[in-house]
Amino acid sequence: MTVETHDPALHRGAPDWLWYVGTPAVGVVLYLLYGQLIPISEWVTALFPVARDSHTGEAIAFFVYDVPKVLLLLTGIVFVTGVLRSWFSPEKTRAILAGKREIWGYPLAALLGVLTPFCSCSSVPLFIGFVSAGIPLSVTFSFLIAGPMVGPVGLGLLYGLVGWQIATIYLVFGFTIATVAGFVLGRMGLERYLQDWVRELNAGPVGDLPEERLTLVDRLKIGAEQVREIVGKVWIWVLIGIGIGAAIHGYVPEEMMLRIMGGEAWWSVPAAVVVGVPMYTNAAGVIPIVEALLGKGAALGTTLAFMMSVIALSLPEMIILKQVLTLRLIAIFIAVVSAGILATGFLFNAIL
Amino acid sequence: MKTVKVYGPGCKRCETTEAMVKDAAAKLGVAVEVEKITDAKSIAMAGVISTPGISVDGKLVHAGGLPDAAKLEGWLRA
Repeated sequence: MTVETHDPALHRGAPDWLWYVGTPAVGVVLYLLYGQLIPISEWVTALFPVARDSHTGEAIAFFVYDVPKVLLLLTGIVFVTGVLRSWFSPEKTRAILAGKREIWGYPLAALLGVLTPFCSCSSVPLFIGFVSAGIPLSVTFSFLIAGPMVGPVGLGLLYGLVGWQIATIYLVFGFTIATVAGFVLGRMGLERYLQDWVRELNAGPVGDLPEERLTLVDRLKIGAEQVREIVGKVWIWVLIGIGIGAAIHGYVPEEMMLRIMGGEAWWSVPAAVVVGVPMYTNAAGVIPIVEALLGKGAALGTTLAFMMSVIALSLPEMIILKQVLTLRLIAIFIAVVSAGILATGFLFNAIL
Repeated sequence: MKTVKVYGPGCKRCETTEAMVKDAAAKLGVAVEVEKITDAKSIAMAGVISTPGISVDGKLVHAGGLPDAAKLEGWLRA
Protein backbone atom coordinates (compact mmCIF):
# COMPACT_ATOMS: atom_id res chain seq x y z
CA MET A 1 0.00 0.00 0.00
CA THR A 2 1.30 3.39 -0.87
CA VAL A 3 0.34 6.24 1.37
CA GLU A 4 0.87 9.64 -0.15
CA THR A 5 1.53 12.44 2.27
CA HIS A 6 3.09 15.86 2.00
CA ASP A 7 5.76 14.86 4.50
CA PRO A 8 8.74 13.22 2.80
CA ALA A 9 9.79 11.52 6.04
CA LEU A 10 6.66 9.44 6.00
CA HIS A 11 6.80 8.75 2.35
CA ARG A 12 6.46 5.05 1.81
CA GLY A 13 8.00 5.25 -1.67
CA ALA A 14 11.40 3.74 -0.88
CA PRO A 15 11.19 -0.02 -0.35
CA ASP A 16 13.00 -1.57 2.61
CA TRP A 17 15.81 -3.09 0.58
CA LEU A 18 16.73 0.38 -0.67
CA TRP A 19 17.24 1.50 2.92
CA TYR A 20 19.43 -1.51 3.67
CA VAL A 21 21.57 -0.90 0.59
CA GLY A 22 21.32 2.86 0.45
CA THR A 23 22.28 3.69 4.03
CA PRO A 24 25.74 2.06 3.94
CA ALA A 25 26.25 3.29 0.36
CA VAL A 26 25.59 6.91 1.32
CA GLY A 27 27.82 6.41 4.35
CA VAL A 28 30.73 5.20 2.22
CA VAL A 29 30.34 8.04 -0.30
CA LEU A 30 30.29 10.67 2.46
CA TYR A 31 33.29 9.02 4.14
CA LEU A 32 35.32 9.08 0.92
CA LEU A 33 34.33 12.69 0.36
CA TYR A 34 35.39 13.51 3.92
CA GLY A 35 38.83 12.08 3.18
CA GLN A 36 39.27 14.36 0.16
CA LEU A 37 38.38 17.62 1.87
CA ILE A 38 41.93 19.00 2.06
CA PRO A 39 42.68 18.81 -1.68
CA ILE A 40 39.18 20.00 -2.55
CA SER A 41 39.33 22.98 -0.19
CA GLU A 42 42.85 23.93 -1.32
CA TRP A 43 41.67 23.84 -4.91
CA VAL A 44 38.69 26.09 -4.10
CA THR A 45 40.88 28.47 -2.07
CA ALA A 46 43.27 28.80 -5.01
CA LEU A 47 40.41 30.15 -7.11
CA PHE A 48 40.36 33.33 -5.01
CA PRO A 49 42.69 36.09 -6.19
CA VAL A 50 44.54 36.38 -2.87
CA ALA A 51 47.86 34.99 -1.68
CA ARG A 52 47.36 31.70 0.15
CA ASP A 53 49.56 32.78 3.08
CA SER A 54 47.97 36.22 3.51
CA HIS A 55 45.48 36.88 6.32
CA THR A 56 42.58 36.73 3.90
CA GLY A 57 43.92 33.59 2.25
CA GLU A 58 44.17 31.83 5.61
CA ALA A 59 40.64 32.87 6.55
CA ILE A 60 39.22 31.67 3.23
CA ALA A 61 41.05 28.35 3.50
CA PHE A 62 39.70 27.80 7.02
CA PHE A 63 36.15 28.59 5.93
CA VAL A 64 36.20 26.52 2.75
CA TYR A 65 37.65 23.53 4.57
CA ASP A 66 35.49 23.72 7.68
CA VAL A 67 32.07 24.23 6.10
CA PRO A 68 31.87 20.89 4.27
CA LYS A 69 33.73 19.15 7.09
CA VAL A 70 31.34 20.32 9.80
CA LEU A 71 28.27 19.67 7.67
CA LEU A 72 29.44 16.13 6.84
CA LEU A 73 30.28 15.36 10.46
CA LEU A 74 27.01 16.87 11.61
CA THR A 75 25.02 14.76 9.15
CA GLY A 76 26.75 11.58 10.27
CA ILE A 77 26.43 12.30 13.98
CA VAL A 78 22.79 13.37 13.80
CA PHE A 79 21.87 10.29 11.78
CA VAL A 80 23.60 7.82 14.09
CA THR A 81 22.26 9.59 17.18
CA GLY A 82 18.75 9.66 15.75
CA VAL A 83 18.84 5.92 15.12
CA LEU A 84 20.30 5.11 18.56
CA ARG A 85 17.85 7.40 20.35
CA SER A 86 14.90 5.65 18.75
CA TRP A 87 15.37 3.04 21.50
CA PHE A 88 14.85 5.70 24.18
CA SER A 89 11.98 8.03 25.03
CA PRO A 90 11.23 10.52 27.81
CA GLU A 91 8.49 8.18 29.04
CA LYS A 92 10.91 5.27 29.46
CA THR A 93 13.51 7.52 31.03
CA ARG A 94 10.99 8.78 33.51
CA ALA A 95 9.99 5.24 34.44
CA ILE A 96 13.65 4.28 34.96
CA LEU A 97 14.49 7.33 37.08
CA ALA A 98 11.35 7.23 39.17
CA GLY A 99 12.30 3.88 40.66
CA LYS A 100 15.93 4.69 41.53
CA ARG A 101 17.51 5.72 44.80
CA GLU A 102 18.64 9.31 44.66
CA ILE A 103 22.35 8.64 44.83
CA TRP A 104 22.31 6.52 41.67
CA GLY A 105 19.86 8.94 40.17
CA TYR A 106 22.44 11.62 39.37
CA PRO A 107 24.85 9.74 37.13
CA LEU A 108 21.98 7.78 35.62
CA ALA A 109 20.02 10.97 34.92
CA ALA A 110 23.10 12.52 33.34
CA LEU A 111 23.57 9.45 31.14
CA LEU A 112 19.91 9.36 30.14
CA GLY A 113 20.06 13.10 29.50
CA VAL A 114 22.50 12.34 26.72
CA LEU A 115 20.53 9.41 25.31
CA THR A 116 16.95 10.61 25.55
CA PRO A 117 15.56 12.47 22.58
CA PHE A 118 13.83 15.70 23.49
CA CYS A 119 13.72 19.17 22.04
CA SER A 120 14.11 22.22 24.23
CA CYS A 121 10.59 23.27 23.26
CA SER A 122 9.19 20.39 25.30
CA SER A 123 11.43 20.89 28.33
CA VAL A 124 8.56 22.32 30.38
CA PRO A 125 6.14 19.38 30.02
CA LEU A 126 9.11 17.08 30.52
CA PHE A 127 10.19 18.92 33.66
CA ILE A 128 6.69 18.77 35.13
CA GLY A 129 6.32 15.14 34.12
CA PHE A 130 9.54 14.22 35.91
CA VAL A 131 8.94 16.20 39.08
CA SER A 132 5.34 15.06 39.43
CA ALA A 133 6.41 11.42 39.05
CA GLY A 134 8.40 11.83 42.26
CA ILE A 135 11.80 12.22 40.62
CA PRO A 136 13.76 14.63 42.83
CA LEU A 137 14.21 18.12 41.45
CA SER A 138 17.97 17.71 41.69
CA VAL A 139 17.99 14.54 39.58
CA THR A 140 15.81 16.31 37.03
CA PHE A 141 18.42 19.06 36.90
CA SER A 142 21.19 16.55 36.26
CA PHE A 143 19.15 15.33 33.32
CA LEU A 144 18.53 18.82 31.97
CA ILE A 145 22.18 19.89 32.31
CA ALA A 146 23.66 16.77 30.70
CA GLY A 147 21.36 16.86 27.67
CA PRO A 148 22.86 19.90 25.97
CA MET A 149 26.23 19.87 27.76
CA VAL A 150 27.47 16.47 26.62
CA GLY A 151 25.33 16.15 23.54
CA PRO A 152 26.66 13.88 20.79
CA VAL A 153 26.85 16.75 18.28
CA GLY A 154 29.26 18.72 20.45
CA LEU A 155 31.37 15.68 21.28
CA GLY A 156 31.50 14.41 17.72
CA LEU A 157 32.50 17.77 16.28
CA LEU A 158 35.10 18.27 18.99
CA TYR A 159 36.50 14.88 18.10
CA GLY A 160 36.58 15.67 14.38
CA LEU A 161 37.81 19.26 14.58
CA VAL A 162 40.04 19.40 17.65
CA GLY A 163 41.03 15.82 18.45
CA TRP A 164 40.09 12.90 20.65
CA GLN A 165 42.10 14.01 23.69
CA ILE A 166 40.13 17.21 24.19
CA ALA A 167 36.86 15.50 23.27
CA THR A 168 37.50 12.96 26.04
CA ILE A 169 38.36 15.64 28.60
CA TYR A 170 35.21 17.47 27.65
CA LEU A 171 33.10 14.33 27.99
CA VAL A 172 34.47 13.47 31.42
CA PHE A 173 34.16 16.96 32.85
CA GLY A 174 30.81 17.77 31.26
CA PHE A 175 29.39 14.57 32.69
CA THR A 176 30.93 15.27 36.10
CA ILE A 177 29.51 18.79 36.22
CA ALA A 178 26.02 17.52 35.39
CA THR A 179 26.24 14.86 38.10
CA VAL A 180 27.79 17.04 40.81
CA ALA A 181 25.64 20.09 40.07
CA GLY A 182 22.52 17.95 40.45
CA PHE A 183 23.85 16.60 43.74
CA VAL A 184 24.70 20.07 45.09
CA LEU A 185 21.32 21.44 44.04
CA GLY A 186 19.71 18.48 45.81
CA ARG A 187 21.42 19.40 49.10
CA MET A 188 19.94 22.90 48.95
CA GLY A 189 16.28 21.95 49.38
CA LEU A 190 15.07 23.90 46.40
CA GLU A 191 11.59 22.46 46.02
CA ARG A 192 10.18 25.55 47.72
CA TYR A 193 11.43 27.74 44.88
CA LEU A 194 9.30 26.09 42.24
CA GLN A 195 6.43 28.13 40.91
CA ASP A 196 3.45 27.58 43.20
CA TRP A 197 1.26 25.81 40.70
CA VAL A 198 3.96 23.25 39.93
CA ARG A 199 4.27 22.24 43.58
CA GLU A 200 0.55 21.74 43.87
CA LEU A 201 0.31 19.88 40.64
CA ASN A 202 -0.32 16.21 40.52
CA ALA A 203 0.06 15.49 36.89
CA GLY A 204 -2.09 12.80 35.41
CA PRO A 205 -0.65 9.36 34.94
CA VAL A 206 1.40 9.03 31.81
CA GLY A 207 -0.84 8.01 28.99
CA ASP A 208 -0.79 4.28 28.62
CA LEU A 209 0.64 4.18 25.15
CA PRO A 210 1.24 0.84 23.54
CA GLU A 211 4.94 0.14 23.04
CA GLU A 212 5.80 1.16 19.52
CA ARG A 213 7.30 -1.69 17.58
CA LEU A 214 9.79 -0.22 15.19
CA THR A 215 11.60 -2.10 12.48
CA LEU A 216 15.20 -1.32 11.64
CA VAL A 217 14.01 0.57 8.57
CA ASP A 218 11.70 2.66 10.77
CA ARG A 219 14.72 3.58 12.88
CA LEU A 220 16.78 4.47 9.82
CA LYS A 221 13.93 6.68 8.67
CA ILE A 222 13.90 8.39 12.06
CA GLY A 223 17.63 9.06 11.66
CA ALA A 224 17.13 10.49 8.18
CA GLU A 225 14.26 12.66 9.37
CA GLN A 226 16.45 13.98 12.19
CA VAL A 227 19.15 14.92 9.68
CA ARG A 228 16.63 16.78 7.57
CA GLU A 229 15.21 18.61 10.56
CA ILE A 230 18.37 19.40 12.54
CA VAL A 231 20.80 20.12 9.73
CA GLY A 232 18.05 22.18 8.09
CA LYS A 233 17.78 24.23 11.26
CA VAL A 234 21.39 24.67 12.42
CA TRP A 235 23.26 25.20 9.15
CA ILE A 236 23.00 28.96 9.53
CA TRP A 237 24.61 28.78 13.01
CA VAL A 238 27.30 26.58 11.55
CA LEU A 239 28.09 29.14 8.84
CA ILE A 240 28.17 32.00 11.35
CA GLY A 241 30.37 30.00 13.74
CA ILE A 242 32.80 29.02 11.00
CA GLY A 243 32.82 32.62 9.75
CA ILE A 244 33.88 33.82 13.20
CA GLY A 245 36.37 30.97 13.45
CA ALA A 246 37.82 31.90 10.05
CA ALA A 247 38.17 35.56 11.08
CA ILE A 248 40.01 34.53 14.25
CA HIS A 249 42.18 32.09 12.35
CA GLY A 250 43.10 34.60 9.65
CA TYR A 251 43.31 37.95 11.39
CA VAL A 252 43.77 37.70 15.16
CA PRO A 253 47.48 37.91 16.03
CA GLU A 254 48.71 35.06 18.17
CA GLU A 255 50.37 37.39 20.63
CA MET A 256 47.07 39.17 21.28
CA MET A 257 45.25 35.84 21.79
CA LEU A 258 47.84 34.79 24.36
CA ARG A 259 47.34 38.04 26.25
CA ILE A 260 43.54 37.75 26.35
CA MET A 261 42.90 34.02 26.53
CA GLY A 262 46.29 32.69 27.58
CA GLY A 263 46.79 30.72 30.77
CA GLU A 264 48.56 33.64 32.49
CA ALA A 265 45.49 35.86 32.62
CA TRP A 266 43.54 34.42 35.58
CA TRP A 267 40.52 36.56 34.84
CA SER A 268 40.13 35.04 31.41
CA VAL A 269 38.18 32.05 32.76
CA PRO A 270 35.39 34.04 34.45
CA ALA A 271 35.39 36.43 31.50
CA ALA A 272 34.87 33.48 29.15
CA VAL A 273 31.85 32.36 31.20
CA VAL A 274 30.39 35.87 31.35
CA VAL A 275 30.72 36.17 27.58
CA GLY A 276 29.55 32.61 26.95
CA VAL A 277 26.32 32.42 28.95
CA PRO A 278 24.28 35.00 27.04
CA MET A 279 25.63 33.78 23.72
CA TYR A 280 23.01 31.70 22.05
CA THR A 281 24.15 29.21 19.53
CA ASN A 282 24.46 25.46 19.55
CA ALA A 283 27.35 23.06 19.70
CA ALA A 284 27.67 22.96 15.92
CA GLY A 285 28.15 26.74 15.82
CA VAL A 286 30.57 27.11 18.70
CA ILE A 287 33.05 24.32 18.01
CA PRO A 288 34.57 25.89 14.88
CA ILE A 289 35.24 28.95 17.07
CA VAL A 290 36.83 26.71 19.69
CA GLU A 291 38.98 25.12 16.99
CA ALA A 292 40.24 28.54 15.88
CA LEU A 293 40.83 29.74 19.46
CA LEU A 294 42.88 26.68 20.39
CA GLY A 295 44.79 26.92 17.12
CA LYS A 296 45.84 30.46 18.04
CA GLY A 297 47.14 29.41 21.43
CA ALA A 298 44.18 30.14 23.71
CA ALA A 299 44.48 28.24 27.00
CA LEU A 300 42.55 24.99 27.15
CA GLY A 301 40.80 25.79 30.44
CA THR A 302 39.59 29.15 29.23
CA THR A 303 38.36 27.69 25.97
CA LEU A 304 36.58 24.80 27.70
CA ALA A 305 34.88 27.26 30.05
CA PHE A 306 33.74 29.34 27.10
CA MET A 307 32.41 26.34 25.21
CA MET A 308 30.61 24.83 28.18
CA SER A 309 28.91 28.06 29.16
CA VAL A 310 27.73 28.70 25.61
CA ILE A 311 26.34 25.19 25.20
CA ALA A 312 25.05 24.31 28.65
CA LEU A 313 23.55 27.57 29.82
CA SER A 314 21.36 29.26 27.29
CA LEU A 315 19.16 32.24 27.97
CA PRO A 316 16.23 31.08 25.81
CA GLU A 317 16.05 27.81 27.71
CA MET A 318 16.03 29.72 31.01
CA ILE A 319 13.15 31.83 29.72
CA ILE A 320 11.22 28.67 28.86
CA LEU A 321 11.93 27.23 32.31
CA LYS A 322 10.74 30.47 33.92
CA GLN A 323 7.24 29.00 33.56
CA VAL A 324 8.02 26.40 36.21
CA LEU A 325 10.98 27.81 38.16
CA THR A 326 11.12 31.03 40.14
CA LEU A 327 13.81 33.54 39.16
CA ARG A 328 15.60 32.73 42.37
CA LEU A 329 15.82 29.06 41.46
CA ILE A 330 17.02 29.89 37.95
CA ALA A 331 19.72 32.12 39.46
CA ILE A 332 20.85 29.33 41.81
CA PHE A 333 20.85 26.87 38.93
CA ILE A 334 23.01 29.14 36.78
CA ALA A 335 25.34 29.88 39.70
CA VAL A 336 25.94 26.20 40.50
CA VAL A 337 26.55 25.19 36.90
CA SER A 338 28.80 28.21 36.33
CA ALA A 339 30.80 27.28 39.43
CA GLY A 340 31.41 23.83 37.96
CA ILE A 341 32.47 25.36 34.65
CA LEU A 342 34.80 27.85 36.38
CA ALA A 343 36.39 25.04 38.38
CA THR A 344 36.99 23.05 35.19
CA GLY A 345 38.50 26.10 33.49
CA PHE A 346 40.86 26.96 36.35
CA LEU A 347 41.88 23.34 36.78
CA PHE A 348 42.99 22.96 33.17
CA ASN A 349 44.73 26.30 33.06
CA ALA A 350 46.63 25.29 36.19
CA ILE A 351 47.77 21.83 35.13
CA LEU A 352 48.62 22.54 31.50
CA MET B 1 -17.78 13.89 15.45
CA LYS B 2 -14.45 13.10 16.98
CA THR B 3 -12.58 15.44 19.28
CA VAL B 4 -8.86 15.41 18.62
CA LYS B 5 -6.48 17.25 20.90
CA VAL B 6 -2.96 18.10 19.84
CA TYR B 7 -0.66 18.77 22.79
CA GLY B 8 2.39 20.95 22.25
CA PRO B 9 3.81 24.30 23.31
CA GLY B 10 3.70 25.64 19.77
CA CYS B 11 6.84 24.38 18.15
CA LYS B 12 7.02 23.69 14.44
CA ARG B 13 6.43 19.97 14.83
CA CYS B 14 3.26 20.60 16.79
CA GLU B 15 1.90 22.74 13.99
CA THR B 16 2.84 20.09 11.44
CA THR B 17 1.06 17.49 13.57
CA GLU B 18 -2.08 19.57 13.67
CA ALA B 19 -2.00 19.96 9.88
CA MET B 20 -1.49 16.20 9.48
CA VAL B 21 -4.51 15.46 11.64
CA LYS B 22 -6.68 17.80 9.60
CA ASP B 23 -5.39 16.41 6.31
CA ALA B 24 -5.97 12.83 7.38
CA ALA B 25 -9.49 13.60 8.59
CA ALA B 26 -10.35 15.38 5.36
CA LYS B 27 -8.99 12.48 3.34
CA LEU B 28 -11.03 9.93 5.30
CA GLY B 29 -14.10 12.13 5.38
CA VAL B 30 -14.25 11.93 9.18
CA ALA B 31 -15.70 14.94 10.97
CA VAL B 32 -13.21 16.11 13.58
CA GLU B 33 -12.83 19.00 15.90
CA VAL B 34 -9.14 19.71 16.42
CA GLU B 35 -8.13 21.51 19.55
CA LYS B 36 -4.59 22.68 20.23
CA ILE B 37 -3.43 22.54 23.82
CA THR B 38 -0.44 24.82 24.29
CA ASP B 39 -0.51 25.48 28.01
CA ALA B 40 2.27 23.60 29.82
CA LYS B 41 0.07 22.78 32.79
CA SER B 42 -2.68 21.23 30.70
CA ILE B 43 -0.13 19.28 28.69
CA ALA B 44 1.33 17.79 31.85
CA MET B 45 -2.11 17.07 33.30
CA ALA B 46 -2.91 15.01 30.22
CA GLY B 47 0.11 12.83 30.94
CA VAL B 48 2.11 14.04 27.97
CA ILE B 49 5.83 14.53 28.61
CA SER B 50 7.14 14.43 25.10
CA THR B 51 5.42 16.65 22.60
CA PRO B 52 3.59 16.71 20.31
CA GLY B 53 0.99 14.39 21.79
CA ILE B 54 -2.37 13.44 20.30
CA SER B 55 -5.54 12.29 21.98
CA VAL B 56 -8.70 11.13 20.23
CA ASP B 57 -11.96 11.39 22.16
CA GLY B 58 -10.09 11.75 25.42
CA LYS B 59 -7.76 8.79 24.87
CA LEU B 60 -4.07 9.49 24.43
CA VAL B 61 -2.81 7.74 21.32
CA HIS B 62 0.56 9.30 20.60
CA ALA B 63 3.37 11.21 22.29
CA GLY B 64 6.68 12.50 20.95
CA GLY B 65 7.52 13.36 17.38
CA LEU B 66 5.44 13.44 14.26
CA PRO B 67 2.82 10.69 14.04
CA ASP B 68 2.99 8.04 11.36
CA ALA B 69 0.46 8.91 8.66
CA ALA B 70 -0.92 5.38 8.39
CA LYS B 71 -1.35 5.09 12.17
CA LEU B 72 -2.96 8.49 12.32
CA GLU B 73 -5.61 7.33 9.87
CA GLY B 74 -6.12 4.24 11.99
CA TRP B 75 -6.83 6.32 15.10
CA LEU B 76 -9.25 8.55 13.28
CA ARG B 77 -11.05 5.62 11.72
CA ALA B 78 -11.42 3.62 14.93
